Amino acid sequence: MASGIKIITKTIPSRTDHLSEVRAFVSEAASAFGFSDEDIANISLAVDEACTNIIKHAYQNAPDKEIEISVIRNKKNFEIRIVDFGRQFNPQEIKAPDLRRNLAQHRRGGLGVYLMKRLMDKVEYSFMPGKHNEVRLIKYLQKSVSIARR
Amino acid sequence: MADFKINHREGEGVYVIELKGYLDAHTAPELENAFQRLLNEKKFNIIVNCRELAYISSAGLGVFMAYIEDVRKNKGDIKLTNMSAKVYNVFDLLGFPLLYEIYKEEKEALSKFKTIQKA
Repeated sequence: MASGIKIITKTIPSRTDHLSEVRAFVSEAASAFGFSDEDIANISLAVDEACTNIIKHAYQNAPDKEIEISVIRNKKNFEIRIVDFGRQFNPQEIKAPDLRRNLAQHRRGGLGVYLMKRLMDKVEYSFMPGKHNEVRLIKYLQKSVSIARR
Repeated sequence: MADFKINHREGEGVYVIELKGYLDAHTAPELENAFQRLLNEKKFNIIVNCRELAYISSAGLGVFMAYIEDVRKNKGDIKLTNMSAKVYNVFDLLGFPLLYEIYKEEKEALSKFKTIQKA
């Protein structure tokens, strides 16, 4: 393609037994892109967290819905776009988890959203009410890695 | 499908859970059941050995959060040991080292429990 953008897509049912398949899919693409082992681990964990949130919150554990995962690559950026057709939930409202308070209240929410932000360079959400929700996870290829690849 | 196994060991008033493989939202309920069983049996001195734990997501971390208070209320603890750098990084990102005792080796956690038992 003239633009140099490559896209590969995988669709999975909204079930947690498909998370390992998603991690393998994303890890393979991140590895081919030239990321370090640490970056590959971080990216695949972030995608796992995003899909887990969709299964639990957007689809509320309904097992027969779809999640579309696309890996979009150009020279410097690696982006994973994850689309669901479930309920909108707004992760922007979730603050950094206060572990002590969460423990006292037996709450576990918010960990995944917070992790995604820490693991990726950029996390963006967009909502098309009644159509779909989309989360975009972006990682830039570090300079040191690009030099090593020359 | 994610591969995850839990082995159990017991000795000297301390219960050891060994985690193996991938701990994610799919396999976390297995760990949850294991903790629930220990609590039902009133076993509150727990070591979780992570030597063969290859992967953990927040669903796995959430299980530790769900049980630590109950365990500590009963004068016990959940101490974590033998984590790989990759697994430790996830605990660290979420601030777990502030609230949980994490040791390089299982024997360190064991001697900590023994010191408390003697006191």
